[in-house]
Amino acid sequence: MSNRVINILVPVISVIIGLIVGAIVMAVSGYNAVDGYIALWNGIFGDSYTIGETIRQITPYILAGLAVAFAFRTGLFNIGVEGQLIMGWAAAAYVGYAVEGLPKFIHLPLALIAAALAGAFWAFIAGVLKARFNVHEVIATIMLNYIALHVSNALIKVWADGGDKTQRILETASLRSPFLESITQYSRLHWGIIVALLMVVVMWFILDKTTRGYELKAVGFNHHAAEYSGMSVRRNIILAMTISGMFAGLGGAMEALGTFEYVGIKGGFTGIGFDGIAVALLGANTPLGVIFGATLFGSLQNGALNMPNEAGIPTEIVSIIIALIIFFVASGYVIRVLLEKFNSKKEGK
Amino acid sequence: MSFLDVLYFIIPSAIFYAAPLILAAIGAVFSERSGVVNIGVEGIMVIGAFVGIVFNLFTVDVFGDFTPWASLLAALVVGAVFSLFLAIPAISLRADQTVTGVALNLLGAAVALFSVKLIFDKGQTEFITERFARFDIPGLASIPVLGPMFFHNVYGTSILAIVVAIVAWFVIYKTPFGLRLRAVGEHPMAADTMGINVARMRYIGVMISGALAGVGGAVYSLTITNNFSHATISGQGFMAIAAMIFGKWHPLGTMGAALFFGLAQALSIVGGSIPYVQDIPNVFLLILPYVLTIIALAGFIGKANAPKASGIPYIKGQR
Repeated sequence: MSNRVINILVPVISVIIGLIVGAIVMAVSGYNAVDGYIALWNGIFGDSYTIGETIRQITPYILAGLAVAFAFRTGLFNIGVEGQLIMGWAAAAYVGYAVEGLPKFIHLPLALIAAALAGAFWAFIAGVLKARFNVHEVIATIMLNYIALHVSNALIKVWADGGDKTQRILETASLRSPFLESITQYSRLHWGIIVALLMVVVMWFILDKTTRGYELKAVGFNHHAAEYSGMSVRRNIILAMTISGMFAGLGGAMEALGTFEYVGIKGGFTGIGFDGIAVALLGANTPLGVIFGATLFGSLQNGALNMPNEAGIPTEIVSIIIALIIFFVASGYVIRVLLEKFNSKKEGK
Repeated sequence: MSFLDVLYFIIPSAIFYAAPLILAAIGAVFSERSGVVNIGVEGIMVIGAFVGIVFNLFTVDVFGDFTPWASLLAALVVGAVFSLFLAIPAISLRADQTVTGVALNLLGAAVALFSVKLIFDKGQTEFITERFARFDIPGLASIPVLGPMFFHNVYGTSILAIVVAIVAWFVIYKTPFGLRLRAVGEHPMAADTMGINVARMRYIGVMISGALAGVGGAVYSLTITNNFSHATISGQGFMAIAAMIFGKWHPLGTMGAALFFGLAQALSIVGGSIPYVQDIPNVFLLILPYVLTIIALAGFIGKANAPKASGIPYIKGQR
C-alpha cells in the first residue's frame, strides 16, 4: 500500500468506525440503530427538498473547512473560524438591509465583500497578535470567538432597535433563487454553493499556483528557513490568518444572504466553525478534501434533523458520531501503524 | 445604595460565580503543567454539570441533606473518566491535543444532551429540590465590614474552591509529585532520563484536570442554574482556560484571575441595580475577561509563558 492510499484509508476507516460506534450507542440506549440510519439517510437524500437542504448545509461547511485548512497549510491553527463567521454573518446582513437603492449585481457582491472583510479583520487581529506579540493563535482566536459573539450581539441589538433580530435583507442582496427553490420543493437552497466551490478553486490557486502561496506554506513548514531565504515571517503569518478569516467571513455570508436572510442575537455559537475543524481534518487540509469533508459532515448534520421524527432518536447522536470521527482521525497514527503491520504481513506471505 | 452596601452585595456574588471557574481553572493548571493542553475543559464541565444535576435528582431520597455533596463526588469521578477521551489519544496515540480537545467539547455537549433527551424525553432536566445550604462562618461572620463581605451566607462550594486552589499550590510547588509534574511539562526528555514515567504523570495531570472540571461544572449547575439544559454551561470552560493563562499557570494567580472574572460575570448579571455600573454597556463586562487575557498574553502585564512542552506529544527517543 502506498502512502497515498493510506492517507485516504485513514479518514475512510475513521468514518466507518465512527458510524459503527454510533450504532452501538443507539443500541445501548434502547433505540433501533437500523431505523436510525434509515431516518438519517432519508434526512439526507429522501426527496428533492431534503437534498436541497443538505446542499444548503454543506455550503457554509465548505467555507469553514477551507478557512481551517488554509490556516493549517500555513502552519497555523485557526480555532477562531466560529468568531470570524459570526462577524461575517453580521456584516453581510447589515449591508444587506441597510444599503438601499443598488442593483443586484453591485449590492450582492458588496454584501459578500463586507462579510469577507469582517471575517478577515477578525482573523487579522489574531495574526497581528501572533506576528508582533508572539501570542499563540489558538488561545487568541478562542478569546476572539467570545468577543465576536458578545460584540455582534450588542451590534444586532442596536441595529434591531432593541429587538432580537435585524429586518430582512433586501431582495437585491439575496442569494436565494426562485429557480432553485422550485426544483427542490421550496427548500432554502441558494446560489451560495457556487460561491463556496469558487473559493475552493481560489484556495487551490493561491496555495499551489502563486509565489505568495509558496511563501505562506514555506513559513508554515519552517519559519527559520523561510526567514533565512528572505521571506518576511511576520507579514506571511498575518496574511495567512487574514485569508483564512476571509473564507470564514464568507461562510457567515451564506447564512446571512442565503439561509436566514437576517442576523439574530445568538445564545451560543453556531457550531459551524468548530465543525470546520472536523471538515479540514477529514479532508487532509486539501481543497478537494474539504469538499468531501463538508459533504459528509453537512449531510450528517442535516440528515440528523429527520431522526427525532422518523426514528425517535435525538439529533445529538450525529454530534456524538462526528466527535468520535475526529478522535479517530486525530489518532490516525494508530490506524496507520495497524495498516502498515497488516500490509507487511501480506507482503511477507 | 451606599458604597459599602454595594460591596456587601457584589463581593459575595463575585465569589459565588468564581467558584466553578476556580475549580476548572486549577484543573487546567494541572493538565498544562504536565504538558497536555486541555481545550476540552468546557466539554468536561458540561458533563460535570449534567452528572451533578441527574445524580442529585435520582438519589435525593437516598442521601438527603448530603445529596449535593454526593453529586459533586459523582461529577468528580465521571469527569476524571471522561477526560480519558483526551488523555488516551493525546498521550498514548500521539494525537494533536488541540484537535482532540475540540472533539472533547463536541462530545461532552452531545453526550449530555443526548442523555437528557433519553432520560427526560425533553431538552432539559427537572429542577433539583435539594440545594447547597448557605451558612455563616461562626465567629468570622461577626467581624465588622469584612464579616458581611466574606463570611456571611457563604456556600460550602466557594470555600471548597479556595481550599482546592491553596492545596494545588502546595502540591505543585512543595511536593516531589509537583516537581515531577512540572518537569514533565517543561522538558519531558530530561524527566524521562531521570526515571520519571512521563506518560503516567501526564495521565495523572489530565485526570486531575478532568475531575476538577467535572466538579466545577457540577458546582455551576447545582448552585447557579439548578437544572441542566443546553445553555447551562456556555463558555465557562474557556473562561477557566483564560483564568489559567491570566494567572500565568500558577495556582494562586489562577485563583485570583478566576475571582476577578467572577466579578466581571457577577457585574454583567446583577450590575443593573448598582449605581455607576448600570451605566456601563453590558457588552464591555461580558468581553472583559477575554480582552484581558489577550492583553496579558501580549505581554502588557508582564510576560506569561506556558510550560515549554505543553501541547507536544512526547515520543520516546525523539530529539
